[in-house]
Amino acid sequence: MLKYIVKRLLLAIVTIWAVATITFFLMNLVPGGPFLSEKAISPQATAALEAKYGLDKPLLQRYMTYMSDALQGDFGDSLKQRGRTVMDIIAMKFPVSARLGGISVLVALIMGIPMGCIAALKRGKFLDSFISVVATCGIAVPSFVVCTLLMYFFGVKLRWFPTVGLTSWKHYIMPVMALSFYPTAYIMRLMRSSMLDVLGQDYMRTAKAKGLSGFVSLFKHALRNAILPVITYVGPMLAYTVTGSFVVEKIFTIPGLGGEFIKAINGRDYTLIMGTTIFLATLIIVMNVLVDIVYKLVDPRIKLK
Amino acid sequence: MKENPLSFQLKLKPEDFLPATKEEKESQVIMRESVSFWKDGVRRLAKNKVAMVSLFIIVLVMIFSFIVPSFYPYSYEEQIKGANNLKPMEYSAEEQAKIDAGEDVFPHILGTDKIGRDYAIRVMMGSRISLLVGLVATCIILVIGSAYGSIAAFFGGWVDLIMMRIVDIIYTIPDILLIVLLSFSLKSPLQQLVEVPGFGWLGVLGENLVSIFVVFALLYWVGMARMVRSQVLMLKESEYVTAARALGVSNGKIIRKHLLTNCIGTLIVTTTLQIPSSIFTESFLSFLGLGVAKPLPSLGSLASDAINGINTNPHLLFIPALLISLIILSFNLLGDGLRDAFDPKLKN
Repeated sequence: MLKYIVKRLLLAIVTIWAVATITFFLMNLVPGGPFLSEKAISPQATAALEAKYGLDKPLLQRYMTYMSDALQGDFGDSLKQRGRTVMDIIAMKFPVSARLGGISVLVALIMGIPMGCIAALKRGKFLDSFISVVATCGIAVPSFVVCTLLMYFFGVKLRWFPTVGLTSWKHYIMPVMALSFYPTAYIMRLMRSSMLDVLGQDYMRTAKAKGLSGFVSLFKHALRNAILPVITYVGPMLAYTVTGSFVVEKIFTIPGLGGEFIKAINGRDYTLIMGTTIFLATLIIVMNVLVDIVYKLVDPRIKLK
Repeated sequence: MKENPLSFQLKLKPEDFLPATKEEKESQVIMRESVSFWKDGVRRLAKNKVAMVSLFIIVLVMIFSFIVPSFYPYSYEEQIKGANNLKPMEYSAEEQAKIDAGEDVFPHILGTDKIGRDYAIRVMMGSRISLLVGLVATCIILVIGSAYGSIAAFFGGWVDLIMMRIVDIIYTIPDILLIVLLSFSLKSPLQQLVEVPGFGWLGVLGENLVSIFVVFALLYWVGMARMVRSQVLMLKESEYVTAARALGVSNGKIIRKHLLTNCIGTLIVTTTLQIPSSIFTESFLSFLGLGVAKPLPSLGSLASDAINGINTNPHLLFIPALLISLIILSFNLLGDGLRDAFDPKLKN
């Protein structure tokens, strides 16, 4: 177990380092610099600013400096939003994205698991076909399509929910619906197939034979086993909701981290690009590792390698 | 003659040498030709109604996006004067005058957009781009993924270990972050490359389209590689591989002729299911404004452009949005059908 965890953590660290390195050199490939777009600044001032932030040094040296600073937890100041550190900006914007993503993940789990179970228990009946059709269609519809359709019908035509910003609970409904759409459909499918698999197992027949009530055998035997694949999906799902919120944030003009990332790339805000990339990558990778470890802990059948 | 009880000699009688009767002969006749892997799969697929309907829709969309635009009376970039923001089947004042004078004017079936371009042809061109991206990107993934996966599995040991660790790393990299960054940063190097003689064809495709392909080539082959590796790991223990080795066939030829051809079922299924996810990603990128270059439309960018006019012209948004969902859905269902038909593991 310990060996496995150490191996996974080492791999995670290598991955984060790889992401940081790739990002660093990629973003320096993008032509232009952070201070070029500001016309009011004279060339001397630009040079002074570049010197201040160390942008006049060779690329490799900047890379080494940045990496050693980042290792000590210093992600530098934002180049465009003067006077604010990258950490400040992330600390301000991330809770917005996190709350939205968290609620969406919860909604997806609460909707997806019971619906998948129902479909499996009513196999071949109308309800099963209905849920399966909904799930198949749900997987095929890109998030921006869901967003725009929701916005048109509920925001523009019916005027039930506000379309811009994120200030009251009403504002959350449409973005959460859009963000949880795909994961819900996916979980429904996953839950249905794994539940069907479990229901056909020998121990289910044994449980029935020894006289357990349907309720106990369903919750104690079937659900506990069938839910395992869903746990593995939580990691990728989190990644999806965090990055998928790029589109949702753009459409509903939500001040989250995704929009900040796009803005940072457009403005060549090097430190902010690096900061957000490393932050989001670390978050996603750590979540994946955690989910994998939890998965191995709850399912004793899986051998640790 | 006394018989030896331990003798192995057959005790044949003269009757055993009579010619076979008609009935006996008939019982030996092969009634049906033996069903090959392909025929069996195609037959199962043809029985699957959902998959056949999906296939029909895909063919229909392909006809409309690749063949119909070549003889359509409007072009996707032509701005028709005075025909801005027409509703479906409406005519501009100029065209109405022509009709009144007895001339034939081809109707704007889906109306026009805000600078007077016929929307039907733009949607067709858009689905052409989306399909092209899906197909080409999937081909790139197929080639890289199957080569990488089979080499890793075939050679095994240290080669496999290192190659699969690289796959693990790429697999955990948050893709959207890198895609956004890559599409931004590849733009200008590609623009410079277009000016180099011999690379002019890149300009025809558009820098953004090429950078999307590069992104796919760099990031998305890992799933395919894992799939192929697990298949080849199983297949390489087969006798025919040992036989081929004993006959002195080279490693490359064993991989190409024996191993990859034998996991073709898995390859077909994975490829078909990869196409919709490529289209999905392309539309996502186009929607964020990182996709194909203007004035070339893609379904994602058409939807993105139409968002601002959602109050007045909602059909401009709905048509590309629903079409892209339909394309992705059809490919998904066809892929499921192919898996049922060709995946030997699912056979009873």
